[in-house]
Amino acid sequence: MKTAPLIAITMLLTGTPLIASDSEVTSSVNQAVLDAEAKRIEVIKGAKEAVVAIFGSDGEGGGSGVVISSDGYALTNFHVVAPCGYAMKCGMADGNLYNAVIVGADPTGDVALIKLFGRENFPHAQIGDSDTLQVGDWTFAMGNPFLLATDFQPTATYGIISGVHRYQYPAGTILEYTDCIQTDASINPGNSGGPLFNEAGELIAINGRCSFEKRGRVSVGVGYAISINQVINFLGHLRSGRIVDHATLGANVSSDEEGRVVVSSILENSDAYRRGLRYDDEIIRFGGRLIQTPNALKNVLGIYPKGWRVPLSFIQSGRRHDVLVRLEALHGQNQLTNQLAKRAKILPIPKPSKDKTPPGQTKLIKKETLKAPAAVVRSHYQPKYGYANYYFNKLNLDRVYNRWKSSCVLASLSGSWQISGSLKGGGDFRLTLTSDTCELELPDRTYDWQLPPELGYSLSPPGSGGLLLTLHLWRQLAALGINDFGDVKYLGTAPLYSHDLLADVLIGYRDGIKCHFYFDPEDSDLLAIEMFPEENCDPCEILFFDYSGEANKNFPRRIEVRYGDVSYATFMPNSFKFENESNETLDDNKRSF
Amino acid sequence: MLQRPKQLAAFTLVLLAILAPLATTGVAKSVATIYRTIAQTQPKMVKIYGAGGFRGMEAYQSGMLISPDGHILTVWSHVLDTDYITATLNDGRNFDAKLVGADPYLDVALLKIDAENLPCFDIKMTVDAEIGERIITFSNLFGVATGNEPLSVQHGIVSVKTTLDARRGKFKTPYCGPIYVLDTVTNNPGAPGGALTNRSGQLIGMLGKELRNSQNHTWLNYAMPIADIRKSVEKICSGQLLTEHDKTLIKSKGQNLTMSDLGITMVPDVLQRTPPYVDHVQSSSAAEKLDIRPDDLIVMIDDQLIPSCKSLNTRIGSIDREETVRITILRDGKLLDFNLRTPSEADR
Repeated sequence: MKTAPLIAITMLLTGTPLIASDSEVTSSVNQAVLDAEAKRIEVIKGAKEAVVAIFGSDGEGGGSGVVISSDGYALTNFHVVAPCGYAMKCGMADGNLYNAVIVGADPTGDVALIKLFGRENFPHAQIGDSDTLQVGDWTFAMGNPFLLATDFQPTATYGIISGVHRYQYPAGTILEYTDCIQTDASINPGNSGGPLFNEAGELIAINGRCSFEKRGRVSVGVGYAISINQVINFLGHLRSGRIVDHATLGANVSSDEEGRVVVSSILENSDAYRRGLRYDDEIIRFGGRLIQTPNALKNVLGIYPKGWRVPLSFIQSGRRHDVLVRLEALHGQNQLTNQLAKRAKILPIPKPSKDKTPPGQTKLIKKETLKAPAAVVRSHYQPKYGYANYYFNKLNLDRVYNRWKSSCVLASLSGSWQISGSLKGGGDFRLTLTSDTCELELPDRTYDWQLPPELGYSLSPPGSGGLLLTLHLWRQLAALGINDFGDVKYLGTAPLYSHDLLADVLIGYRDGIKCHFYFDPEDSDLLAIEMFPEENCDPCEILFFDYSGEANKNFPRRIEVRYGDVSYATFMPNSFKFENESNETLDDNKRSF
Repeated sequence: MLQRPKQLAAFTLVLLAILAPLATTGVAKSVATIYRTIAQTQPKMVKIYGAGGFRGMEAYQSGMLISPDGHILTVWSHVLDTDYITATLNDGRNFDAKLVGADPYLDVALLKIDAENLPCFDIKMTVDAEIGERIITFSNLFGVATGNEPLSVQHGIVSVKTTLDARRGKFKTPYCGPIYVLDTVTNNPGAPGGALTNRSGQLIGMLGKELRNSQNHTWLNYAMPIADIRKSVEKICSGQLLTEHDKTLIKSKGQNLTMSDLGITMVPDVLQRTPPYVDHVQSSSAAEKLDIRPDDLIVMIDDQLIPSCKSLNTRIGSIDREETVRITILRDGKLLDFNLRTPSEADR
């Protein structure tokens, strides 16, 4: 049996190169390699369209960014835009330079949101899921390292994921890189703020920082990027135009001798304390992750904005407790605002020295094009203390409130409200709300409340945390609107566990009492209200479910009231009567409108 | 072939079935391999903490387990210059580590922790790498990983296989032997002692100490092949190159020999572990005749590693008067051997 034909067949099947003759040396490449290369080229070609080269209005500095939606919102590092003031210029791969304005800033996490102008439909990146990343995954960064992209074509560097959930200590600034992605793809000065993509071209992180040591500021194979999942958590708050703060638990932890993570100190006025956490308790899970070291806890904390509620599991005296904790603020407000104003604190990307610049070109942007910020930028900017750009807060506040107003008749009702129905657990109820009274009839007794000259601290009925007051404020938001309710702002987005979604949140102050109003992100139904009669206390929570009715006349068919960790009552309304100022009666039961 | 058509057909079909999928999924197979390699290698890696703590002389480095009982292979460096060495395993457990021995010629050190049933590399089963071969490194560069966090993984290729001569300069090493030069940046603080593997997880080498070329000031990214390191490890395990803790000392019969008998005055022994530097050499002494000089560092006496003045005095004191002592000295990055005849009673 001749084996030579067999060998030939085998080689053909496996695609191995046939032995070349002596007179020529050829190498044939495995088709799978060629296919992988072609795919990589295609992915990078698509990804580069969304990459942005960012410059200050005067052409100084430089960094990178990535557009994430077709209307021109783009992500970058805080330290890239901090020296720019509120206006930037952005070059994209289409060869054009676009004007951009700052929207929101997160100094601690080193993230900023900007908005580009000048195009109807910006190419944008697909958002990936950074929690699915594994060490060893291929990844590529795109951006403007060393400001090489004179034609705005971004530089691509390829590597692998070297580590995930890495923690980087604040290095003299307030920048704390928690839960970051480590890569050996070359990240150099100028890459900051730019995207890190996975193999499929999905955005999985924003490049931020590197380890530099004996070679100065050039890549030594260690770059750290902010995970996109963290950025998405902050995105709502960034859109609100704020200078966003990170979170703390209100407690410190350390490792004990047995390696358990235990509470080493705790603030008594923190939400964690109110949820039952005490000194020496062992923390086992936080934010859905197993916690085995203090760094692991810091990593989880770093990805959430202050005020978010996050699940926490701990062991106390042998018993396990699962609670939802409201995160406290990490910094005082002044600390953060000063960061934005201070240019010197954050080093801008060094200009290329004259030696490296090609002859005849000293700056990437000609001086003639740089005057005061463009009109479109100025018209989208409104300064206000505590905000990077108040204009966008107003924009989102109006968006949420106007959609609520147009889709839900409750949103415009003044006059008296009368809601009646049954209680879960038996019995009926009737609620009557006017502009200065609130009366709640329950099976055993009736609670009422009258507006004194000021709202005061009536937290009636007992055990509800202030239900009557909260109902009154609900009516007032509807009746008065955001302009007359008091000081109402857009807060951002936050998880609403009762409804299992990320809600739009408005924050309103009326006579010193703070309320959070949670709206459905799709249709702006009012889903929940939290009323905080004072700082550092549990709110009264009202949750609205099962909106139904004809279009434009939605009413909630189930209203749950919670205070602390306890459900106070669940109301199931079946009748809504509203008398507006002109004494027209709107009665859901009769369907007369 | 024509005689057995049926067998041939069957053989070809079987071959097709086996080989055809391989042709198209070569890439997929390679992709699956890297995750398995990372998962299998990380448990064998160790974070080492010891002496140091200045920029350029960090107090941490990397190491790898080479026995289930806790032998750790790493580089011999300033980090190990203390009695308090800590090894943190991949699962976060901390152990006190003891320096068993070191080979100053190859900059290799062996530590031991008190443990059992640990996942480890088998250094008898290592492979060589070809130029252009794709490699993976595991190391704790910049000390990023702490506790139970896994070491950092980098990728690259072997750029060249060559020989390294002894270097001078800030980061001295007497290493003189074959190395793999890599195209990934391995000369970072904390990386020395890390593992170099191929993509299938086979151990190829150990990342070397940070080295700089004194002429062009470039930093070298390199690893030492395990095959050469293995010889050092075997020497250490067979009782050579040990520190004095593990060697039974033979008490001398006569009066104890001292360094001044040899004409050498050492630096004052004021630290917990004073490095054994020569301070002064007496004129007309045997040491001066052999050109032993001040600032020489005594590294070994015969085959025993000498990490401190105390252990030098102990070792010298146990030498029989009639012996010739082989002293190994580190001077300007080079290792030099001297055979010193101990003075007899009459000479003194």
